[in-house]
Formats: sequence, structure tokens, C-alpha cells
Amino acid sequence: MTYIRPQFQHPLLPKNSLGYNRKDYEGSLSTLCAGCGHDSISAAVVEACFELEIEPHKVAKLSGIGCSSKTPAYFLSNSHGFNSVHGRMPSVATGANLANRDLVYLGVSGDGDTASIGMGQFAHVVRRNLNMTYIVMNNGCYGLTKGQDSATADYGSISKAGQANMFEGIDLCGLAIELGATFVAQSFSGDKSQLIPLIKAALSHSGFALINVISPCVTFNNNPGSTKSYDYVREHNEALSSLDFVPVREEIVTEYNHTQVRFVEMHDGSMLKLNKLSPEWDPEDKLSIVIALNKAREKDEILTGLLYLDTKSIELNDLLNTTATPLNQLTEKELCPGSDVLEGINEGLR
Amino acid sequence: MSRINDFVVRFANVNGTGSASANYLFAKSIFRMGIPVSAKNIFPSNIQGLPTWYEVRVSEKGYLGSKKGIDIMLSVNPQSLRKDISSVKAGGYFLYDSTKPLHEEYLRDDIHFIGVPLMEICNREFTDPRQKQLFKNTVYVGALAVLLDIDFKEIETLLSEQFEGREKLITPNVKALHLGGDYIKNNFKYPLEFRVERRDLVKDWIMIDGNSAAGLGAVYAGATVVSWYPITPSTSLVSGFEDYAKKLRKDPVTGKNNFSIVQAEDELAAIGMAIGANWNGARSFTATSGPGLSLMNEFLGLAYFAEIPVVLVDVQRAGPSTGMPTRTQQSDILMAAYASHGDTKHVLLIPSTPAECFDMMAASFDLAEILQTPVIMLTDLDLGMNDHMSPPLKWDDQRTYNRGKVLNETELENTLSWGRYVDKDGDGIPYRTIPATHPSKGAYFTRGSSHDEKANYSEDSDTYVRIMNRLLRKFETAKSMVPAPDFYQTENQSDMGVIFFGTTRYAAEEALDIMGENGHKIDAMRIKSFPFNDEVEAFIETHEKIYVIEQNRDAQMRTLLINELEINPKKLIKVLNFDGTPITADLIIQQINYSETVPA
Repeated sequence: MTYIRPQFQHPLLPKNSLGYNRKDYEGSLSTLCAGCGHDSISAAVVEACFELEIEPHKVAKLSGIGCSSKTPAYFLSNSHGFNSVHGRMPSVATGANLANRDLVYLGVSGDGDTASIGMGQFAHVVRRNLNMTYIVMNNGCYGLTKGQDSATADYGSISKAGQANMFEGIDLCGLAIELGATFVAQSFSGDKSQLIPLIKAALSHSGFALINVISPCVTFNNNPGSTKSYDYVREHNEALSSLDFVPVREEIVTEYNHTQVRFVEMHDGSMLKLNKLSPEWDPEDKLSIVIALNKAREKDEILTGLLYLDTKSIELNDLLNTTATPLNQLTEKELCPGSDVLEGINEGLR
Repeated sequence: MSRINDFVVRFANVNGTGSASANYLFAKSIFRMGIPVSAKNIFPSNIQGLPTWYEVRVSEKGYLGSKKGIDIMLSVNPQSLRKDISSVKAGGYFLYDSTKPLHEEYLRDDIHFIGVPLMEICNREFTDPRQKQLFKNTVYVGALAVLLDIDFKEIETLLSEQFEGREKLITPNVKALHLGGDYIKNNFKYPLEFRVERRDLVKDWIMIDGNSAAGLGAVYAGATVVSWYPITPSTSLVSGFEDYAKKLRKDPVTGKNNFSIVQAEDELAAIGMAIGANWNGARSFTATSGPGLSLMNEFLGLAYFAEIPVVLVDVQRAGPSTGMPTRTQQSDILMAAYASHGDTKHVLLIPSTPAECFDMMAASFDLAEILQTPVIMLTDLDLGMNDHMSPPLKWDDQRTYNRGKVLNETELENTLSWGRYVDKDGDGIPYRTIPATHPSKGAYFTRGSSHDEKANYSEDSDTYVRIMNRLLRKFETAKSMVPAPDFYQTENQSDMGVIFFGTTRYAAEEALDIMGENGHKIDAMRIKSFPFNDEVEAFIETHEKIYVIEQNRDAQMRTLLINELEINPKKLIKVLNFDGTPITADLIIQQINYSETVPA
């Protein structure tokens, strides 16, 4: 069944400076379960893109397979979308990005799609520092196939059927940092005020930006004893920082306390205003976040907020020394060397 | 019996000892004397220390296929000595390093032994240990040149070309060459009855391997994104692209690359990237061999069903599984034709020469975009990795890239209703859009799940059947677009025919010649593509008995013909070679003669 939203738009809906209102960033109606965390994330994507004033058609949204990977249909209907094969979205995104470096690439994946079948591609897209935002809608289970544990389910977490998970869960944020990710954040689908600025920051980052969003599965993994349930995440959420995203155009006027508030300049000139809630941690110090993540794990805490940012990030196209013009816009004049050159090559082979 | 310009020389080397460039020097000097020559590397899947052979066939008649039976063996590998001595034809010659004597038990009375003390000469004449090793190769080239009457000037010219910019290396190489030549002149009767005589038979032809030619074809066709995973024998195709792109595709002002190449983590990612890039409007390809093609099945199904152009080269090697990675075969035909689960069919192009590798590589980008589907070019190790004499590469400057049915911004602006999978023209090919073309029109959701004409998710049976049938219609359209077969007769002259394709052509053409000389005329057709054109069907219909010559165990092309054209299997007779070496004319004649004596 296809759900279509009503086309009617109230004339007084607020517009951003490009003349788009929020509705222009929405997609078709979600077919996910009522209360699914993923829908909140879709809503946050809509809000972030509206506020960032991105032209919707300049976004390419890509996904793999699973509940999470359906969501690109539920936001940005004026953007091209690509629902690829299971666990292989990173490679499709890589090719797409190399073809046109000027678009905004937004990848959506799940914990099965990323941490199991797609682990290889995830690891390699991280280390290549592809310029994209990669959102994991992480619910610790396979929803579409009725709730089996995924590789991010925590050790000991109780499934709906009452079984304790006997395997160690994969920490995608810690892993991404080890693999050289240049922007790593963790959030909770129920915390819109944290998630929206994180998405805006990720979309403004030049390089690979991971946001691992704990997004409870209301149908299969929201039971007591599950470490990915709404109640559990609310109780164990430990925000490392609160974040404000300050666009390029806005002047920073607020007085701030240097020990607690940090301003970090992004590649495009926008600023992140970070209110550090942990004194031992610094967003640009890799070691401090590795220690913080391990400590949190011992204490059964879920660290959220911006965890790590490398402001010296060099994205893949620059690493490869690719020309500034998107490759898909080069013409035959630039691409084809012509028959005279070929005759010279022939001569050298005689 | 004089054997002028008609013999086979084999070099028995140890891999990793620098013999390859010396052997190439030998083959190329004969080519420069205007005599047709073919050279084949027979090498192990190993880097250093194992036996490797290089076989050069010299043929006045221009037969470039493999030929069993060695007339002259040059042996510098003690490991394979016994086998090498026994593989020389009676009356042939065995050249060896006589610094140490040969085991008496290996000796044969029916061949000639020519000993040249290669190591002794090099130890005496050179001081640098690396040079002592390397120049052994040049010394034996000099010895062979005198024995076979090769013009030294040609070799010296080649050496000065090879070491252009490193002139210091020319003098010692030329010295080594003459040391070998002089040793023969002082100790043996020369030249042999096997020898070369200058001709003008190679015309404007070139010598190049199929992989380099295909890589260059991709540069000319405007490929910008290349993703790949290393695998023999396709690796040199991507390095060929890279070498030419670095020379021909740098922005003249900024020095930046007008291309990008990514070495992927595996073949899954390699094809995924190529698909992503094509989806986003760049021409992109990947190259692999059998094991890689196995892994790419899933993505090929997606590209087929979601209708995304992509170009893939499969340089076939001997399977199944890891098989024989450095041996040749044509055994991926069925997998390539039907890759992926569900009902799928793919366009195949099958070149037989480096020039065709260049042409078909370029054509495959047009075809993939016109048809919005994967196009797989099937070559093999023999064509891909060996230097072949080939017609020169040609490019028509009037030619423009055909990007197929892609809507630009203006067209989208003027379009009232557009659906990604609407068959407006009735040829089964819909109109596609590239991301970011228009602010509010043309966006759609690409997916591998069932979809309707507007690209919306749909599990409606009628819709699914409609889309699947349209894909068949598109495949039917492809029939008239893919290269037509080559025929070897203007009109049919026999009720028997042969069908072959790819590198099998070399041995098949030779076999046809020989059978023709013996009064046995058979019609012939070389298939160049799939889906099969109407000409293929007509040829089979108008002949009673047809031999299908191929290099695999299961007669895969025969199966594909039977399956697609509904041919009576009894009509198509298998002629096969699948031992990992290129098929020979002798073997084809033998098998055809054999099946003539037994009723069909």
C-alpha cells in the first residue's frame, strides 16, 4: 500500500530563505509501526534540512535493507533516493559521491544492515572518509524478520521472548573512532533537541559523519530487560555535551565560560557551540573519548552527544586529487583524447 | 625441410628473474621484421621461484593461435629440465645453460642440444650480482637471434627504446646480446633450418594485450569512476586504465584528475560503487574474473531490475572456485548471461582481439546507458594478459557518447507527467533522470523491490508481471543493438557450420583454413554478443550440423544457444578444450573428424 500525504499547504507556513517550508522536506507517510523510533529520526532529518536550508534536490538519500532503510521514503520526497541491497549502501554511496562531489549524501542504515551483513562496507567507508552523513537507526534487533537479536544487542539484554543475549554487542561509535571516522555522534530517537543539531552538524561536516541513534523497536525490543527500550535508554542516557549549531551567517555574541563551552569551526565556516558536561572529555581528543566510551560501558551508561570531531578531515575526493567539477558534468571535450592521440599510441605499439 | 617463418619457440624460466622483458624483446624483434608472431605467457599463480614459460609462435600464414609441439626450447630452469627436454618435437633444438653439464639420463638422441655457458659468460663479463643474473636473459636472446637469423639491429633499436632515459643500461645490454651471438658464431653452425626471413606481413598492426586496450577504450568512452578489487587476470585492465588516464585525463590547468579510481574492499563493493556512480550520471565500470563475478551476482540483479547502467569486464580464467587462476578458459558464459537470482538476462559482448577489446569497451558504455542495464564484456586470460598482434585502435572524432534516454532540466520542466519506468516509446526502455537535475521534478526512489511505473513500491501481481515483461521487451530491443556476428563466407556453401567466439577464433580460423585446403569446406560464424541477433538464429536454421567450439567443459555457449533459440540439441555438436591452455587448430580438426565418423 502506498500512503500519500495531502498536498495542501497552509499559506502562512514559515519558509526558509530559499522559499521552502517544512512540508517541502517531508516524504510519503510512514508504514512503520506506530511509535517506532525511526519515525522520530525521519522527523529530525526533515527539521535539520529545513533549518540548514539545503535545497532538497541537492540531497541524495541512500539506504540498505531493513526497517531503517525504508525511511528515506518518509523524508525529502524531492530528493533522489536509492534503496540498495542489504549491507551494501556504503559502496553505492561511494560511487555516487565520486560521480558528483557537490551533492549532500545522507545514508540511512540499521544495526543489522551496518553491524552484521554490512560490517565490511561500513568499516571501509569510514576509513575512506567519504563525505557523507551515515545515520544508524539502532534498535538492537531485526524488526522486519520478527525481532531476532542483532550484533548491536548488548550482552545480557533480554529479548521479547525472554532470552538473554549471550554475545557481546558491537559498539559502532567506538569502532568508527578506531577506524578513523572524523565525526562520531550518538543520540536517542526520543531526544529531538539533541538529535536535530547533531544532524545539522553532521551534514555540514566535510568527511564521514556517523550518528548512531538508539531507536527503540516498539514491537520487538521494548520489553523490560531490553537495553534498547525507551525506558532503559531514558534512564541510562548520559549526555556528554549539549550542542548548538550556529550557521555561517550568524554572528556569535554570547559570552561563554571557556572551561565548559567550546566553539568548534566546521569546514564550511559554521560553528558548533558545545556545552561540555564532562570535564574529562574533549571532542577533538580521540583518546579522551575512547576512555569515556569504555568507562560508560562498564557503568551501563549510553554516552550521547557529539563524541569526536576531527576538524582537519580531508574527504575522499580530495584524498584522490579529483577535479573540482563533478565528474558527471565533464564533457567529451575533457574526457575523450581524440584520434590523433590514439594514432600516437598505436605508433608506440608497433 | 626449410622452416622459414613457421615454428614455435618456448622459453623455460623461473618466475621473478626478469626474463619477461628479454622474452618480449625476442618476440617483438620478429614482429618488427614484418613477420606475424604470437606470444603467450604460461605462468604460475606465484611471485617468485616457480617455473614459468613463454611461448612464441612465428607464422608466415598469420596463424596466431596456440600450437602444440615445440621446435626450439630455451631452458634456464633446472626445476623443469626433464619436462622441458621431453616436450621438444623430434628434430627440434634444446638450448640450455651449459655452465653445468646436463644429466646424461635426460639426453635424447632425436633432438639437438646447444649448450651456451650463460652463467659463466655473465660471471666473467659483469661484476654487479644483479646484472650477472639479469644479463643471462639478454645473452640467450643474442644466441637465439644468431641461430634464427633475427636482425640484431631490430633488437638494438628495441633496447634503446626500452631504456630511453636510462641510457646507461643500453651499452651493457647490447654487449650481453653480442656475447650470446658471438658464442654461437664461434661454436655452432648457424642459422638453423628454423629461421626468420624479413617480410611485410604485419602492415600497420600493433602489439598490445587485451586488458590495456580495454582500459584505453574506457578512457576514450568517457569512464570517470573506476572501482575494482585485485584479481588475476583482470588487474592489468584497471592499471591500463590508470596509466592512460594519468597521461590523458589530467586537468591541464590544475593538474587534478578528471577521473577517480577506488580499490574496493571486495568485488561486492567494486560493483556497488560502479552502480552508484552510474546512477548518479557518471560513466563507471569495474573489472573482475570468475570468483568476482560470483560475488557480484546480487548487485547485477539490482542493476537489472532497477535499470541502472553499469559496465563490467569479466576476464575469464579456469574455474570453478579458485580453479587455475593463471590459466585461460571461457567458462563464465552462463553465469554472466543469467547472473543473479530471479529471472534476469544480461547483455554480453565478446571480443577476440585487442582492437575489439578497445571498441567493445567503448561500445559497452553506450549500450549500458541506452539500455539502462548491465553490460558485461567477456574476455579471457589469453586475450587479456598476452600481447597480441592486433589491427590498430581506431576512434572516429565525429562519434559522440550516446547517453540514452536521460531527461535534462528543460525536458523535465516541460514534462507534464513522468514516471521512471513508463515505456513511452514501446521499446521497453523508459526515461531516467540524474539526481539534482531539477529542483522539483524527476526525483524518484530507486529500489530493488518490486515497483510500479512511477517507481512506487508495489506487490501488485499485475504490476509486477507488466514490469517483468517490459524488461523482456527491452532485451528484445537489445538484439538489434549489439554487435552482429562475423561470417566467413558471403553465402552458405555447406550444410555444416562451425560457431566460435572470443579467443577461440585464432585456432578456429586456422582449422578452417587447413580443412579447406583438404577440400573440406565448412561455413563459419563468430558470435560477438548476447542476446543473439537474428543472424545467429538464421545461420543455425540454415545448417544441418553445427560444431560449437569453446573453451569450457560443459559447452556453455551451446547450452545458451539451445536455451534461447530453442534449437534441437542434436544439431549442435560440442568441440571443447578446457585444460586451461588456449585451444589449438589440431584439436579442433581432430574433434570434428572424430564426430564425422560417428553418427549424430
